[in-house]
Amino acid sequence: MIVVPVSSSPPAIDVRDLTKSFGDVEAVRGVSFTVTPGEVFGFLGPNGAGKSTTINMLCTLVTPTTGSAYVAGYDVTRQRDDVRRHIGLVFQDPTLDGYLTAEQNLRLHAELYGIDRAAIPARMRQMLEMVDLWERRDAPVLTFSGGMRRRLEIARGLMHSPRVLFLDEPTIGLDPQTRSSIWRYIRALQQTEETTIFMTTHYMDEAEFCDRIAIMDRGEIVVLDTPEALKAAVGADRVMIRTTDDEGALVGLAERFEIEATVAEGAVTFFVPSGEAFVPRLFAELGVPITAVNVSRPTLDDVFMNYTGSTIRDAEASSATERNRITMRVMTGGRR
Amino acid sequence: MSAAADVIRVRVPARTWRSEARAIKIVWRRELTRFVNDRMRIVTSLVQPLLFLFVLGSGLQRLSSAGTHGVNLKTFIFPGILCIAVMFTAMFSAASIVWDREFGFLREMMVAPVRRSSIVIGKCLGGATVASFQGVIVLCLAGAVNVPYDPLLILGIFGLQLLLAFTITAFGIMVAARIKQMQSFMGVMQMIVMPMFFLSGALYPVSGLPSWLAVLNRIDPLTYAVDPMRRIVFSHLHVSAAARQALDPGVTWWGWRLPAVLEAGVVLALGLVMLAIAIWEFSTSE
Ligand SMILES: Nc1ncnc2c1ncn2[C@@H]1O[C@H](COP(=O)(O)OP(=O)(O)O)[C@@H](O)[C@H]1O
Ligand SMILES: [Mg+2]
Repeated sequence: MIVVPVSSSPPAIDVRDLTKSFGDVEAVRGVSFTVTPGEVFGFLGPNGAGKSTTINMLCTLVTPTTGSAYVAGYDVTRQRDDVRRHIGLVFQDPTLDGYLTAEQNLRLHAELYGIDRAAIPARMRQMLEMVDLWERRDAPVLTFSGGMRRRLEIARGLMHSPRVLFLDEPTIGLDPQTRSSIWRYIRALQQTEETTIFMTTHYMDEAEFCDRIAIMDRGEIVVLDTPEALKAAVGADRVMIRTTDDEGALVGLAERFEIEATVAEGAVTFFVPSGEAFVPRLFAELGVPITAVNVSRPTLDDVFMNYTGSTIRDAEASSATERNRITMRVMTGGRR
Repeated sequence: MSAAADVIRVRVPARTWRSEARAIKIVWRRELTRFVNDRMRIVTSLVQPLLFLFVLGSGLQRLSSAGTHGVNLKTFIFPGILCIAVMFTAMFSAASIVWDREFGFLREMMVAPVRRSSIVIGKCLGGATVASFQGVIVLCLAGAVNVPYDPLLILGIFGLQLLLAFTITAFGIMVAARIKQMQSFMGVMQMIVMPMFFLSGALYPVSGLPSWLAVLNRIDPLTYAVDPMRRIVFSHLHVSAAARQALDPGVTWWGWRLPAVLEAGVVLALGLVMLAIAIWEFSTSE
């Protein structure tokens, strides 16, 4: 199911076998995908999956090790300036000048991008109104909350009418309410501006705002499809049970129901076609006392788990230990 | 939410020399805006030279009145104090590029469709302008230390301190391309700026020095900013030939006294070389 009309215009983003290594860390290991103009395309994956590195290659800040990438029809290694003229960026970490006002930040951006002076005031007003910051235009950015700053960054990223807007973890560090309001802005802006949006997130629930999602893990795209198709592919409900004896429960599930379960986040988790109907049988036949049970429809969390074998939080924890190990090696090994 | 029809669309033109000039100008303007918004920085920039000139000057005067041939010591060290005030401010101006990196703003500038050189030049001119504002404040105090407000004197000193501000800012930006932590940056700058100050002859005449000091003094770029300023000041004073000989001997290379224009040229050339290195460093970094 493709939501976006398939047009004859060239893809907004076209990536082939892109890789990037930092020394012996392979951050991105050969990703390929295309993004249609007007689409909202999401990269979903745990911290350290290589999402930011991919974005940085697409916006010409990092040179790819191998492979090719075209953004708005331009080569990211050979036509850097042309790429830069046609993209907007909202980085993972904030990049506003706190000592300047909201308006001064936007004006500076407009001047750097060489926008026609006569058009700047009206465009600036439109952008600030769209993110509800027009009233605060003369306040220094230092006085803004995290959500307001993000909105201002989004307005700034769109200031020069880019064809593709890149958003790297646009909602990271914000509270859930602010996160969903940021999403409302992004979707509304995408519609009025007719911009292609490429975004990354590690919040599973946010990926559902996208037209298509690529799930990334350890530098590779594991699967790429619409959120609905991904969930349909899991095709089962998730059952999580808490027991007094997890080992026994795993054995019991395997022997009596032929179900393969895993222990994730302290709960025995498995998938069955219709969860609610299964629960009574489970209590009757498992042979291990159950203290709590939770049945849920498939979510993107389950999709991630289905394709990678771990929850996104576990994946982050293990990649953190991986990083620590590398750091340790660097510290103890090094030049000696 | 307005309909798609009345969205104002703008376009980003291909790069031209005019768009580069606009980029330089806005980066320069940002430095000024930030300076003007920062009251604390303005206050310190007013207080610091007063401290140097009147406290240090008056204190030293008590020791040295015999050796200055009747010339007020504050008058003598005036050019040196002006230089050090400009230098410190230029150093802090250059540090702003380290802050920009730390607070992420550098990235906003680095991904813009303009040359890196435009950004570095804008930064450098902005820092130099702010630093020379400091020089102007010291220049305003000239009368208080018996330096006459002569238009030629003011113009000459103003030009020289502008040159110095530019060179030190370029130097700081060159260092900032490599040193990314604020603390290390300040440490390195201090380690270089303080000896530069003490070796330059800002506080003493540069003739008859022990030979090791004379050599270091001639290597120190600041020497070539202080000396022409002092020459301008002394050319506007009514002092005895002996005093002139003792206090304003001029910088010599193997006995040859350098003309002021050449000294200014040395400062300018150094600044341009360091600016070129800074541009190269920022252009090759990802
Ligand atoms: N500049 C760099 N130098 C060395 N390693 C890097 C650099 N940038 C990213 N990495 C490594 O590449 C991997 C992917 O990082 P990143 O793209 O930031 O992941 P994500 O954005 O998905 O969290 C991580 O292991 C990270 O440590
Ligand atoms: Mg990231």
